[in-house]
Amino acid sequence: MSNAVIIKEAVKKYGDFVALKGVSLDIKEGEFFTLLGPSGCGKTTLLRMIAGFNSIEGGEFYFGDKLINAVPAHKRDIGMVFQNYAIFPHLTVEENVAYGLKARKVPSAEIAPRVKEALELVQIAHLAKRKPSELSGGQQQRVALARAFVIEPSVLLMDEPLSNLDAKLRVQMRTVIKKLQRKLGITTIYVTHDQEEALAISDRIAVMKDGVIMQCGTPQDIYAKPQNPFVAGFIGTSNFLDCTVSAGGEVTVEGLQIKVPVQKDYTGAAKLSARPEQLFFADSGLPGEVLFSTFLGDFVEYEVRLADGQDLIVNEYTKDTNAVHEAGEKVFLNFDPTRISVYEAETEEVITC
Amino acid sequence: MLKKKNTTIPMYMDPWFWVKLMVFVIFLLFLIWPFSSIITNAFKSSKVDGLTLANFQRFFTKKYYYGALKNSVGISLVPTVFAVVLGVPMAYFMTRYNVWGKKVWHVLAILSLMSPPFLGAYAWIMLFGRAGSVTTFLANYGIEIPTIYGFGGISAVLTLKLYPYIYMYTSGAMESIDSSLEECAENLGSGKLRRFFTVTMPVVTPSITAGALVVFMSALADFGTPMLLGGSEFRTLPVLIYNEYLSETGGNGNLASAISIIIVIITLVMLLVQKVWVSRRNYIMSALRPPKVVEAHGMKRFLVTLPVFLISFISFLPQVVVCASSFQHTNYSSFIGGFTLENYQSLGARLWTAMRNTFTYSLTAMVFIVVIGILMSYAIVRKKGKTGGLLDMLLMAPYVIPGSVLGLCYIVTFNVKPLILTGTATIIIISYVIRKLPYTVRSASAFLMQMDPSVEEASINLGVPPMRTFWKVTARLMLPGVFSGAILSWVTCINELSCSIMLSSGKNNTLTIAAYTDIVRNSVGSGAALSAILTLTSGIILVIALKITNGKIKV
Repeated sequence: MSNAVIIKEAVKKYGDFVALKGVSLDIKEGEFFTLLGPSGCGKTTLLRMIAGFNSIEGGEFYFGDKLINAVPAHKRDIGMVFQNYAIFPHLTVEENVAYGLKARKVPSAEIAPRVKEALELVQIAHLAKRKPSELSGGQQQRVALARAFVIEPSVLLMDEPLSNLDAKLRVQMRTVIKKLQRKLGITTIYVTHDQEEALAISDRIAVMKDGVIMQCGTPQDIYAKPQNPFVAGFIGTSNFLDCTVSAGGEVTVEGLQIKVPVQKDYTGAAKLSARPEQLFFADSGLPGEVLFSTFLGDFVEYEVRLADGQDLIVNEYTKDTNAVHEAGEKVFLNFDPTRISVYEAETEEVITC
Repeated sequence: MLKKKNTTIPMYMDPWFWVKLMVFVIFLLFLIWPFSSIITNAFKSSKVDGLTLANFQRFFTKKYYYGALKNSVGISLVPTVFAVVLGVPMAYFMTRYNVWGKKVWHVLAILSLMSPPFLGAYAWIMLFGRAGSVTTFLANYGIEIPTIYGFGGISAVLTLKLYPYIYMYTSGAMESIDSSLEECAENLGSGKLRRFFTVTMPVVTPSITAGALVVFMSALADFGTPMLLGGSEFRTLPVLIYNEYLSETGGNGNLASAISIIIVIITLVMLLVQKVWVSRRNYIMSALRPPKVVEAHGMKRFLVTLPVFLISFISFLPQVVVCASSFQHTNYSSFIGGFTLENYQSLGARLWTAMRNTFTYSLTAMVFIVVIGILMSYAIVRKKGKTGGLLDMLLMAPYVIPGSVLGLCYIVTFNVKPLILTGTATIIIISYVIRKLPYTVRSASAFLMQMDPSVEEASINLGVPPMRTFWKVTARLMLPGVFSGAILSWVTCINELSCSIMLSSGKNNTLTIAAYTDIVRNSVGSGAALSAILTLTSGIILVIALKITNGKIKV
């Protein structure tokens, strides 16, 4: 039933503007795969190419081993959940969910139980006879979900399905979606610009920028080992410091000498990135002055200005310490050399492993 | 050579290619071709071989002709100005105050706009004409009222008929001003009046000018009013075209063609002026919070209601007058009071023929208008491509080309092989379709633009092919927009005069043509009876439609 999705060198052009510059992906059967990136990065464009709503200017798209470039949208056997749900306003909840089954000429005796089962899965069986105008945003979202998976598609596509919901419902629905996907095992491609959502929901994430994939990996990989400064900055928060690298992974940053594990030989100018929770106060290290502190319950966020005028964000967890550093206090910052990342200044390629 | 892997569908496989092609063929056959034959005709003369400017020369040297040009411009500009003077305040009061009987005045405004084209003139003749009831009544006391024949009368009638365009365009714009804009001006220390002239007016002016353009074009193209109120002295261009065509029968209508070109040039110039003017000051406005309606009380409420009442009541009066007088005895050429049904009884079989013609023609036209309208608006909004703009432009053509001009175009073109259609019902139906299609397309496309395209994609995605999706989902959801446009198309078809009167061969007379001919022949009784039936028919259709759509019919 479920299919792997393989994309080779996909190119999309709008006139002279190249929206996708040769994107390749290998999405496994039953995987929950997320395309993540800022607006305009090409993630929705790629999703719509998979769905068959955008023309393909180059590259090959496969469902399993079947090339689908020339297959029209209505024959691709895809379930899709749209950003604004796209529920048929003239049909009831039931009729909306049955729509795809009827189009597939499923025997009518079979339709009713399947619709009922789908509505039960998304917990809105009691709303079956309602018109969409009588539903809340979250309920419409559930109808859209049920309508998309009831046809048992080989691939499920979701285009920012949660972005129109309020914050609390968003968190709730992403769990619903995740559990449902696990249960049904349909290959799912999910588009979002919300990095937290992507981390929470995905088996694997492709981070995109300007029509190019910046990094593809599990949420843990992407968070812990960002392959370039863009990913480091886009996923979570990162502090960047200029530094120089000499042979063997000797890094000099703000006069401080450390040794980092490297995966290739590089000497010269570089960029070091460290997440706020990877920095800590110590007796020696980078000298600085606390500018500002914000108490956030389980941790305290500090803004620290270094001697050269750069500002860093440092998080200290309340369970680890009782001391709160006051503004104006002189401090030293340090970090674990094995957990930070260092990038070449020119190419922005990662040096550390 | 790189082998190009192209996945786009070939053009002939796309159904929308065929839809656009069909629409272009229709317009080519029934608009562009007939109009271009008029152009060549205008430069020909029976007296000279080859192309000549003789017709234009004759037009601009004889006072009989160029006088009509002056008259036409006059009776178009003056009603435009006065329609603005009446329509803008009415729009302001109606959108901003709790005017008494708001809905009634709104419906009356629509009804007078959609009334038969000669009705206003006819009613005014009954009241203020040489033998009019008010005139004779006042004459008993030695009071003489100024004549309603000629420039003044025509301007007054056209103003009262066409001001609703301004009212509706302006109130639409006033309702879409975000109230915070005016509140902001108030906050910055602007008084109410100052605020109106410095914030509200500039923002709605583009809509006012759009309305004014429609008023100008409608007045310029109007045929019934100057025909009845112009007499033999005061001629306008559409009247000239009709007269020239009548006197030139058998000929090619060369002079009438030249006049047609001139009238189209005038409308085109006005259209361009308005477009250029608006393009420099178009404000995009999305009302997050529509402006508040002021709850006025007592005297104040009375004062805002009075002008609205007067305007809409006076403009609706002709319909009342005509209906009332249709029950009066006549001595053939004037009403003499009393109550009778003889005017209706005298119609006999003529009524049924006219009724049958009116409904068969208009309903047949409606089938085409609705189907083409749905397809065309979708092609314009969603399948724009390279030709979408051209389709949009073709849609303006019926506004620019007056009915009498299109009538002449058809006579000249379809009187000869390869396509002989003159004197048939077919040509009248075609003229309805071409002229009234825009109402439906505009309304449907406005509706479609608000519709989320992903609903269609959802259907395709669920396995329903694009064309089936179109009929099953899109067309179904477009219906409210199509309906409110189609009603206007239908009612204006029923009331169409200037074009169908030139195309009708007598046996094809519709209610409108029959009523008009009786009035011209001074058979006032039957004329009033037919007009009353016509008014009532359009009124009932409109009121029902307004009820169904909750008053959401946009002109």
